Amino acid sequence: MALTESDLTGIFYEMVKTAATSIPEDVYRALKDGYERETNPLAKKQLEAILKDIELACSGKVPICQDTGTPYFFFEMGENFPIRLGAINAAREAVRRATKDGYLRPNAVDPFYKKNSGDNTGRYIPWIHVDLVEGNDLKVWFMTKGGGSEAPVTLIMSEPILGFEKLKSGVIDTIVKYGPLPCPPVIVGVAIAAGGDMALTLAKKALLRPIGERNPDPNIAKLEVELLNALNKLGLGPHGFGGGLTALDVKIDYAYRHPATFAIGIVTSCWATRRVSAVIHADGSWEMTSRHLRYTGSGCTILR
Amino acid sequence: MSSAREFHLRTPLRDEDVEALRIGDVVYLSGTVVTARDEAHELALEVLRSGGTLPVDLRGLAVYHCGPVAVKQADGSWRIIAAGPTTSMRMDTVEPEFIERTGAKLIIGKGGMGKATAEAMKKHKAAYAVFTGGAGALAAQAIKRVKDVYWLDKLGMAEAMWVFEVEEFGPLTITIDSTGANLYEQYMSEVARRAKEVKRELGLPAEE
Repeated sequence: MALTESDLTGIFYEMVKTAATSIPEDVYRALKDGYERETNPLAKKQLEAILKDIELACSGKVPICQDTGTPYFFFEMGENFPIRLGAINAAREAVRRATKDGYLRPNAVDPFYKKNSGDNTGRYIPWIHVDLVEGNDLKVWFMTKGGGSEAPVTLIMSEPILGFEKLKSGVIDTIVKYGPLPCPPVIVGVAIAAGGDMALTLAKKALLRPIGERNPDPNIAKLEVELLNALNKLGLGPHGFGGGLTALDVKIDYAYRHPATFAIGIVTSCWATRRVSAVIHADGSWEMTSRHLRYTGSGCTILR
Repeated sequence: MSSAREFHLRTPLRDEDVEALRIGDVVYLSGTVVTARDEAHELALEVLRSGGTLPVDLRGLAVYHCGPVAVKQADGSWRIIAAGPTTSMRMDTVEPEFIERTGAKLIIGKGGMGKATAEAMKKHKAAYAVFTGGAGALAAQAIKRVKDVYWLDKLGMAEAMWVFEVEEFGPLTITIDSTGANLYEQYMSEVARRAKEVKRELGLPAEE
């Protein structure tokens, strides 16, 4: 049977619902591991509340956080995937439906007229980023990004000579400056590029990579670990109450830069990092490629 | 570090309830909690400045910086699905006047508040507590009933003034107490000190 736009809407709706209510496996394990290791009582109390919240959301199929964020779709669209413009329409429709069903809070506001559209759609929202690739499949990442964790977004236009020095200082300064605001423990996305827009887009996309997965380039991987260890020595901790878990991971990406520029984009995602990925085939079959904490009737377990 | 002191309190809160609290204490609250974020603060102050009264008397109550996800049930009542805190600093410029004019005793949010609010808390015997940011389902579990909602048509779901009946709502960590002490200010200066050490270890210049 041929894939239709309405099938795609159904698949995207499942993805949105999963993202809002079921934390990804990697985030859950990183928080649980952090809770078990934490010795600071106020920090441990915060992690305990976070884990309780995650389990309540999973068993009740309700949003993990009331700020259900701004919806982002990242498409890697095979050039022969049969529904292309329809995929954009389906993404918008899925967000509308998920809002109506209480999985997303209406968060799309017209900046000039202060009007909330009521259904999470509006000019450029949901934000949909499309990369055209070879093949027949559509790979989709959906992320719902909380407003609080956008506060620390930082763009540094560095002199190339000082680039890496400013990158390292910039990451540390950003986390210190914004303290508890982005709901730590956070995931930090960093990217280097020619232009500021490129750096911030790639930094945001870097948040899609699972926690613990290192950049395949050993030098970049080393920098990721160096920065992660540095952030976890700051003693900021969950919601700023101290302890050893300030960041869950640091993810770095890059584009080639201009000889005269070294743009550094730095973004954060809160502990409630909500993302889901899937592959949709041209024949309409599809698989979720991320695993989540899900309710099975007797308790919450990690499932696809 | 020793473990935190725990308090189980019920509204209306009296001056002495609040005066017993110190930064780092953890509170579980029962009774009435009223939400107000940016626009409800602005509107409430407009009403009070012009001599009007608010739809709900906030004296002794807790005010919660929160924009919930609420779903209307078939019988017309509201069910709160998620209700974690929003960033309190956005209300920092208006909170001192809000505390003075309303008599609210406990402000709940996330991320901490500034000097002027801490001063107002010292003057009017109030405190500020942080509920775990993002823990929207956990907060919703403590909300037993929506008693009322005001300004819903005018301000929308997130900005409306919701009146919740709560049971053992927490953990609420006190980060500003009625002496004006501010836990985050103390913690953040320690974090800044450690940042200098971390930068030195990475071979980075001490100051930009």
